[in-house]
Amino acid sequence: MEKSLLAPGHRACAGCAMPTTIRLVLDAAGPNTIVVSPTSCLEVTTTPFPESAWCVPWIHSLFENAAAVASGVEVMLKRRHLDTNLVIIGGDGSTFDIGMGSNSGMFERGHKMLYVCYDNEAYMNTGVQRSGSTPFCVHTTTTPAGTQSLGNPRPKKDMPAIALAHRVPYVATASVAYPVDLRRKVKAALQVNGPSYVQVNAPCITGWTFEAGYMIELARLAVETGLWPLTEYVNGELVGVKKVRRPKPVEEYLKAQGRYKHLFKKTDGADMVKQIQALADANIAKFKLVD
Amino acid sequence: MSKGNDSRKHQNTANMKVVEGSYAVAHAVMCCRPDVISAYPITPQTHIVENLSQMVADGELDSEFLTVDSEFSALSVLIGASACGARSYSSTTSQGLALMYEVLYNVSGMRLPIVMNVANRALGAPLNIWNDQQDSVGARDVGWLQIYVEDVQEAVDATLQAYKIAEDAKIRTPIMVCMDGFILTHVYEPVELLDKELAKEFLPKFMPADILDPAHPKTFGAFADPFTYTEFRYQQFEAQQKALEKIELVAREFEETFGRNYGGLIDSYHAEDAEIILLTMGSVIGTIKDAIDAMRSEGIRVGLIKVRSYRPFPVSALRKALKDASVIAVIEKDVSIGNEAGLVTDLKAAFYNSSIRIPIIGFTAGLGGRDITIKDIRKIVEKAEAARKGIKSEFEFLNLREEIL
Repeated sequence: MEKSLLAPGHRACAGCAMPTTIRLVLDAAGPNTIVVSPTSCLEVTTTPFPESAWCVPWIHSLFENAAAVASGVEVMLKRRHLDTNLVIIGGDGSTFDIGMGSNSGMFERGHKMLYVCYDNEAYMNTGVQRSGSTPFCVHTTTTPAGTQSLGNPRPKKDMPAIALAHRVPYVATASVAYPVDLRRKVKAALQVNGPSYVQVNAPCITGWTFEAGYMIELARLAVETGLWPLTEYVNGELVGVKKVRRPKPVEEYLKAQGRYKHLFKKTDGADMVKQIQALADANIAKFKLVD
Repeated sequence: MSKGNDSRKHQNTANMKVVEGSYAVAHAVMCCRPDVISAYPITPQTHIVENLSQMVADGELDSEFLTVDSEFSALSVLIGASACGARSYSSTTSQGLALMYEVLYNVSGMRLPIVMNVANRALGAPLNIWNDQQDSVGARDVGWLQIYVEDVQEAVDATLQAYKIAEDAKIRTPIMVCMDGFILTHVYEPVELLDKELAKEFLPKFMPADILDPAHPKTFGAFADPFTYTEFRYQQFEAQQKALEKIELVAREFEETFGRNYGGLIDSYHAEDAEIILLTMGSVIGTIKDAIDAMRSEGIRVGLIKVRSYRPFPVSALRKALKDASVIAVIEKDVSIGNEAGLVTDLKAAFYNSSIRIPIIGFTAGLGGRDITIKDIRKIVEKAEAARKGIKSEFEFLNLREEIL
C-alpha cells in the first residue's frame, strides 16, 4: 500500500476511529485533493503549529463554517478549471448542529464537494457533551445518567434525511468497520457533479468508553444490530443497503460501552434497552436489512 | 494633506456622473476585478451587492457571486476563496458585521487580504436601521485595518486603495472601508467613476505565494499553543504598524494616477492656525466644513482633523497635527458603553506619554441616525471654547432628549 496521506505522529487517542476514517477517505480520494475541516478533535490532533499530519492541502477556519469555506474553495477550483477533489471532513457537532446553516447553504447551492462526517455521536473534543447526533439514552457529560435521568432523552437527528431534503445527489452512511464499502462510497461520491454527503460511524474510545482495540468490532456491531444501517442514496433513491444476515440483539452492542452502562444497573434500564431494540428493528424493517 | 481648501481640487468635473453612492462603490469594486464576491442582504448595504450581481449578470464583471445563508457564511466563503488566491469582496453593516465577528478575527489571523465595505449602521436593541458607527468602531480590535470615508467619491477611491494596501506582501491584512449608511450609500451625488484601465494599472493582479494547491500541499489554520500564539498576534500588530506608511504611500500613488488625495491617515481643514480643533470620522465632516466656513468668517479660529485610518491608529500623525491646538473636541457616532467612546479614548491615550497637554472633550452624536446639524457643531465649538478654561464635562451625549428619559 502506498504511503498514507495522513502522516503518522498525529496526536489522536490510541483506539480512535477518526484517523482511520481520514486515512480511508484520503486513500480513496488520492493526492489531488483539498481538505477543509471545521474545528474538532481532528484539527487539534493533526495540526499543532508548526507541525501538520496532512500531506494534502488542508484548511481549517472555524467550528461552524467549513461548508462555507469549502464553497469559496470550490468556486475558485471551477474558476481555474481545476479538476481537484474537494472534501470536507468534520465531526458530528459541526455537521449536525453548529454548522447546520452553512451546510444547508452549501447543499442548496449545489457545490461540487464531498462532505464526510466522522460521527462519534457527541462533542468529544470538549469532553463528551451531547450533540444533535447523540443517540437515545446515551450518557454524556451534559446528559448524564442519574437518579432522575437515563441519559440523552432524545433520539439521534436524521442528518442523511436532511441532506436528502436538500436534493443532495449522493448520500450514504458508512462505517469505519467496513473499509472497502467506505472507500467505494467516497469514490462514488467524488464522481458526483454536485454535493455529496457520507456519514461514517466512528467510535470514540474516551466518549463511548470501550476496551482499547475494540473500536472496529464495536462499529461492526452497530451495523450488525441494525442501529447503524449502511445505506446509499443516488438522486434521492435508495440504491443499496448492506444486508445483515442474522441481526444481533442491541444489548450486545450496548453492553460493550460505558456510555450505556447505566441501562444495565438501573431497574428501568431494561425498558430503555427494549426501546433501543425497537429503533434497531425499525431500521431493519425500513431498509429491509434482512432478506 | 489639504490646508483648508477642497482636497479634490484636481477633480475632472467633465467625467462626473450623478449616481447613487452604492452604485459608485459597486463600480469601484468592479474596477478592482474581484474573483469572488459573497454577501448577505442587510439594509443599508444591499444596494452595493445588488449592483454587483447585476454587473455579473450582464457580463460586465467576471466574478463568482455567491448568495449565502448568512453574513457569517458570506465572509467564511471568502476565507476559502482567498486561501485559493482569490481577490475577494464583501460588504455588510451593523447586525451583519456583528454576526461575522468570529470570522473577522479568523480572516485577519489567517492574514487574508479581504476588502469589505461597511455601510455603517446602528446596532440593536432597540432595532434601528439608521446610521451611526457603533458597528465598525466596536470591531476595532479584530485585526482589520479600518478606513472611514467622508463622501461617495472617497468611498470609491478608498475601495481601490484598500486592495493595494491589504494585498501588500508585508501587510497582508484585511480592510474595512467604512461609509456612513444611507447618508453615503443612498445619496445621489456627482462622482467621478474609476477608469477601468487606470485601476488595472494601479492595482495589479493578486498573486499570493501561499495557496491551497495539491502540487504544494500546505496547512492553513493550524492551532497555536502558548509557545507560538503571541508571535502570531505580534506579527499582525507589526503589519498594522507597517500599514501606517503604506496607507500614506498608496494615497500619494493614487493622487499621481487619479489626481485626488484625501491625506492618507488623516486629513485637515483649516487646522494649521486653529485654536479649537474638531476631530471626527465619516460623513459628518461635510457639515463640519460648512460650519467651519461660517465660523471662520466670524473670526473663530476653528479647524478640523479627520481620521481616515482608525486602525492602525495614526498616533504620530495626530500628535503632529494637533500639538498646537488650544482645545480638541472629538465628535463620534459611537459609544463604548461603560467608558466614553472609541475615538476620544484612543486620542487621549495617544497624547498621554507625549509632551502635549491639551484639554480634550468628547461627544457622542448622531446615534441611530439622529442628524448632526451646523447648529450642533457650533454648540460643540462653544463648549470647547469654554473647556479651554477648565473641563466641566469630559464626555457627553450631544442633544440628549432629557424630556423622554
